[in-house]
Amino acid sequence: MSDSSPVIAADGRPLKASLNRALRRQKIRALLLIAPLLLFVLVTFIAPIADMLFRSVENDIVSNTLPRTVVALDDWDAGSGETPDEMIFAALAADLAEAVAAKRHTQLGTRLNYELSGMSSLFRKTGRQVKKLDMDAPFREQFLEIEEDWADPEIWITIKANSSKYTAGYFLNAVDLQNGPDGIEARPENQRIYVKLFGRTIFLSISITLSCFLLGYPIAFLLANLKARTSNILMILVLLPFWTSLLVRTSAWKVLLQQQGVINDVLVWIGLVADDNRLELINNQTGTIIAMTHILLPFMILPLYSVMKTIPITYVRAAKSLGATNWTTFWRVYFPQSVPGIGAGSILVFILAIGYYITPALVGGTSGTFISNRIAYHISSSLNWGLGAALGAILLALVLVLYGLYDKIVGIDNVKLG
Amino acid sequence: MKFNKIMLGASVLALSTTPLMAQDMTIVSWGGAYSSSQQNAYHDPYMATNPGVNIINDESSAEAVAKLRAMAEAGNTTWDVVDVEAADAIRLCDEGLAMEIDVDSQLAPGDDGSTATEDFGNMLVSECFIPQIVFSTTFGYRTDMVPEGTPAPTGACDVFDLETYPGKRSLNKQPIANMEWALICDGVAYDDVYDMLETDEGQARAFAKLDTIKDETIWWSASAEPVQLLADGEVFMASAYNGRLFSMIAEQGQPVGMAWDWQMYDLDGWIIPANLSDERRQAALDYVYFATDTQRLADQAKYISYGPARASSAPLVGKHATLGIDMGPHMPTDPRNAENTFVKNYSWWADYRDDLDEKFQAWLLQ
Repeated sequence: MSDSSPVIAADGRPLKASLNRALRRQKIRALLLIAPLLLFVLVTFIAPIADMLFRSVENDIVSNTLPRTVVALDDWDAGSGETPDEMIFAALAADLAEAVAAKRHTQLGTRLNYELSGMSSLFRKTGRQVKKLDMDAPFREQFLEIEEDWADPEIWITIKANSSKYTAGYFLNAVDLQNGPDGIEARPENQRIYVKLFGRTIFLSISITLSCFLLGYPIAFLLANLKARTSNILMILVLLPFWTSLLVRTSAWKVLLQQQGVINDVLVWIGLVADDNRLELINNQTGTIIAMTHILLPFMILPLYSVMKTIPITYVRAAKSLGATNWTTFWRVYFPQSVPGIGAGSILVFILAIGYYITPALVGGTSGTFISNRIAYHISSSLNWGLGAALGAILLALVLVLYGLYDKIVGIDNVKLG
Repeated sequence: MKFNKIMLGASVLALSTTPLMAQDMTIVSWGGAYSSSQQNAYHDPYMATNPGVNIINDESSAEAVAKLRAMAEAGNTTWDVVDVEAADAIRLCDEGLAMEIDVDSQLAPGDDGSTATEDFGNMLVSECFIPQIVFSTTFGYRTDMVPEGTPAPTGACDVFDLETYPGKRSLNKQPIANMEWALICDGVAYDDVYDMLETDEGQARAFAKLDTIKDETIWWSASAEPVQLLADGEVFMASAYNGRLFSMIAEQGQPVGMAWDWQMYDLDGWIIPANLSDERRQAALDYVYFATDTQRLADQAKYISYGPARASSAPLVGKHATLGIDMGPHMPTDPRNAENTFVKNYSWWADYRDDLDEKFQAWLLQ
């Protein structure tokens, strides 16, 4: 075919080239049409996320603040178990004098404190004395006089270990590990919290998804099968809380669930619960599950409803006329057809739940908080952005893995949002 | 073209009207009864004499250090004056996030002829700190929830006594004050507390003591929370700032009593963020000069039971502005309230805050 003379279009060009040109023009036009949105997403979504994720490995503060010390430490043998010599202390004195003048030593202390507790106070205390250092006397003795911790080789190991521009330290920390003198090791037992928190986040999100499904399925079924007038009223009841501010709903749950709250008062009044033994429904996992189930319920009901709306009632009738019982009709005929809705609702609820943080922060106490509360804590309180970013990256990866797993088991093609 | 002209016109209009509009000044404080005492004693009179200034209240003092760090990192500081505890002021000063103050030239001299330095005396704990009040963190308890036949709680150590005083308690979600109470109530001598807290064993001992009540504790982070929890009867006992407890007892008549023993003294005051534009810095300094003079500090004590930081203000403290009750007996420094007091070591906390915050937060989640 290729040897034969090409087909010529009306303008005298080969048909193939002219077709390609037309197609290319179409593609460019399509790209131009979505360009504003693409640019918007790039600038406001992808770029900040990439920048934030980059912080989880970035680590130039040590080498920038203590440049001479880092170079001097190159020759020091971390495994020797000995305090570095005078030369390194002299480099430290010069670096710290500059850092203190620029008021940067506290940031460095805060950074190193993530790796070794006690570094922050060491740098702050030393920083206050640096101006008084005698530039002619041996520095080593002077530093040890300010704070004897400087004799501890572990301090120096930490500085040396963090002197490279990039670090895996944040990611290790995010899974309760640390960089020890002999390679990667588990953190001390009283500092291991993140694996537990990830586990709790997944467990609570699954519980919330499950309770949303159990509560949402019958409602969606009713909505889809009642007369239009009644189902419209029901629909408004579903949507009304959906439109109410999240904070208002969460605060309302606080009033309802607390020990002197409405629910406990009613239970005591009917005599189900003793007055001195009121239920603890808030500031724990129960509170988180109840409040978040309520908040996420519409995300389960709406996809379920729209899928159930499309299930033809004739199938049910046919099953019944062929002699199936009510249960068989539901289980063998109706339910399988509603599975795409269950899939969509469950994914929506689960992915929303796993990243939630306002509601658990308000009603979860300490046992009902999520990993996202910890991320928020590191982003806005402790300002350990690196660790926050590492935790966020792991959470993102986790969601993607779960999504892939779900695709394998249920099949993403089976998901229908309406 | 037309569009450009309109835009040009609009911006010219905007530029020309700016000087006529009031200048906004964002003042950050702790909210609730405390902010309203500042509104009454400082902001309202200041705006009355300076009609060009519009004060905006922000209630973020609890996160002031973190937010100022983040603002500095982003290069856009939106706050003008910030109310912080002494330990936070020291930290911010060390980090170069707060501006250094020349006390005698930038603050008002005392009414009694003393210089500002003499008047504030040993309250001047950092070059950046402009002292305002002496307050204490202490305990309030529900008088109607005290078990029958037992005496009412008298102080901080009763919070650890679950047998005598069962029920929920509320403590601040940070190590500061809680660690000291834990050690002192575990039998450590007052003078040894901070030496002990520097060691791993001492910290472990404090956490072990806190462990005994961990399950019964609701942790608060905003200073209005413990007062609300007490008002709702959600907790039996809660640590709170004494002025908050005063306003709920004296002004709202709630069935709450004070347990003063081992109340924790602390200082609170203003800082001005570093790196403000000249114009904003000048405005902030002008406000602070006004708001920390002898009369203004004494005025604040009419609304809330915190002691003024100037010696010259003390004789001017009298009765509550609306209730007419004597403020003296409600002050943390009143001898009947001050049998056992704990003076918080702010410079120690400035050094150890990062270390202990980290450990405390991990302990909470254990």
